Amino acid sequence: MLKRPQYIAIVLVVLLALALLGQSERVTSRIRLAVGGLFLPLFGVANSAQALVDRGTASILPRAELLRQMDELQLENRRLRLQGIQWEEAARENARLREALLLPRQVPWRLRMARVVGRDPANWWKNVRINLGSRDGITNNMPVIAAEGLVGRVSETGYTHSSVVLLGDPACRVSVLVEETRDHGVIAPSDAGAVDNTIVDLKFLSRNSILKPGQRVVTSGLGNLFPKGIVVGQIADARSVQFGLYTEARVSLAARLNTLEEVWVIAQ
Amino acid sequence: MNSLNTILVLATAYLGVFLESTFTGVRNLLGAQPDILPGLVAYASLTSGLGLGTLTAVAGGLWLDCLSANPPGISILPLFAVGLVIERYRGLILRDQAYAQFLTGLGASAAVPAFTLLLLLNASRNVLIGWDSLWQWLVMTLIGGALTPCWFLFFGWLLRTLSYEAMPDPTARSNREIKRGR
Repeated sequence: MLKRPQYIAIVLVVLLALALLGQSERVTSRIRLAVGGLFLPLFGVANSAQALVDRGTASILPRAELLRQMDELQLENRRLRLQGIQWEEAARENARLREALLLPRQVPWRLRMARVVGRDPANWWKNVRINLGSRDGITNNMPVIAAEGLVGRVSETGYTHSSVVLLGDPACRVSVLVEETRDHGVIAPSDAGAVDNTIVDLKFLSRNSILKPGQRVVTSGLGNLFPKGIVVGQIADARSVQFGLYTEARVSLAARLNTLEEVWVIAQ
Repeated sequence: MNSLNTILVLATAYLGVFLESTFTGVRNLLGAQPDILPGLVAYASLTSGLGLGTLTAVAGGLWLDCLSANPPGISILPLFAVGLVIERYRGLILRDQAYAQFLTGLGASAAVPAFTLLLLLNASRNVLIGWDSLWQWLVMTLIGGALTPCWFLFFGWLLRTLSYEAMPDPTARSNREIKRGR
């Protein structure tokens, strides 16, 4: 038999939980921002500590190593400049042809670099927290990429921080196409489970799709959320499902989601 | 409810939730992020009773949910339920023994994620679970259980360090009291 204070505690806690869970998406988001704001000082301290470590590491790097890195970067810079000249010409040609065919012009991406400052403490979501928010012009659903490929999209925006839902989370489905065969499909969480962050499933492919391991998968641009052509990964293997009605494939992600440190938000 | 103990437990929950979000060493090593809150609630319920257990469950659960994609408030109920059960049987648990602390923490750390997932599934949330979630559950349970006796040691040491030691009063000996009576 429970005692009176225990009954009172049960009633109060259940009422509080129901009140919180019964709120609309907008109110929930505000509650999350307000309570999450309590952690801003700690995020600030962690950021400063990281900057201090970076500065310390930079100061103890030997001069020879710095010179070697500088040489490498200069070489890469020259190579990229040459590529840039070539691509500028291709872009001009592309623009001319688009004009001739009356196609809309492609808008260049505006990228904002963000640092990953936290991960979802719960094991059943794939989310990270970045240090850009609405004050930096970030809004919900903006695509997020790493140097290797697509990472996910912004799912919630605070004033100084935002949440990014990663590929492989049930809330992040992306329309993609296989570059070589032009087969369309949707990236969904892997059936293999929650631990592996390197593999996702490619679903709803037509049954006639003939896929081979190693073929590149890129965003299709359908749905207007992700720009067309961002690398998602490579086909790992494919199989026929639903008694041969569909084809499904496993895609090995290009971006390493476990070790994300910096990402870029595409502010279109 | 000792106010110093309350402050220490809540501060630990606050820092712990933040570290769960930022420190990913265990997650990268074992594939699962351990949760410190069930063990803390077990400690609070065993040492201070329902008040601190409830406070830790409510504050810790809300903080955790707000740094996560969980709907805010979903972690409060499992943590509170575990705290209530432990507090209910507090008299039967040998709370000074490390193995009893470990087993209590183990049970709490096993029950909380399972109950939270059950609530999320009941709320029709599309959560990421598969067969390897069992591995994650096992890691969370074992690490949560192993941390619980550490909380007792940690808070015991902190309370001894931060609070005044009660000094026996040499002038007030019981055998020197003047008994008044007829």
